[in-house]
Amino acid sequence: MRFEISSQPIDPAELRRTLENIRAGACVTFEGWVRDFNEGRTVLRLAYEAFDTLAVKEGERILEEAKRDFDIFDICCVHRSGVLELGDLAVWVGVSAQHRGAAFDACRYVIDEVKTRVPIWKKEFYEDGDSGWINAGAG
Amino acid sequence: MKKTIQVQYFAILREQAGTAAETVQTEAENPGELYQTLRERHGFTLEPAQLKVAVNDDFAPWDAVLADSDRVVFIPPVAGG
Repeated sequence: MRFEISSQPIDPAELRRTLENIRAGACVTFEGWVRDFNEGRTVLRLAYEAFDTLAVKEGERILEEAKRDFDIFDICCVHRSGVLELGDLAVWVGVSAQHRGAAFDACRYVIDEVKTRVPIWKKEFYEDGDSGWINAGAG
Repeated sequence: MKKTIQVQYFAILREQAGTAAETVQTEAENPGELYQTLRERHGFTLEPAQLKVAVNDDFAPWDAVLADSDRVVFIPPVAGG
């Protein structure tokens, strides 16, 4: 079980190998990619900033909750920090389990919780030269 | 009595403060009072209700009692994934 914030590109093949287990009949993985369009604007690139210490602490709590609540063997999540280009892998979640149901459920739980609880911020850079922090609107 | 608090800023707060970290001498009893002071100084646009607080690298309530040498982070709305 591990949660990491990485300033380097994520290697899904290497992470998937860490989940291998001959008792497991299922492995579910999720990849979050950098998309070229958000809320009506053309996006050129992103920058992620993380409060690393607390991000890892909160991320590990989420993984522990998933281990506690779903019948799974192992679970892993890595989130990028730094500047990312279109198509880059921003976040990876992987789960191994005896059966697919628990693996899908745990994977979904982790990515949903990471997005709302882990102190990571996303700045989008737009085609028109403007940029902005997502969810940081006043009021 | 004045205490020394290490404040670290991220994302929009870092940009609005113009710095990633500062050491402040303050009489603020808790993070709520501290944010009010720093908001006046830096013109932060975010309301306290939009933020969370961390003291010494873990989430803490707005009325947590601050001690000398504490490390405080105000956490803007997160946007991972």
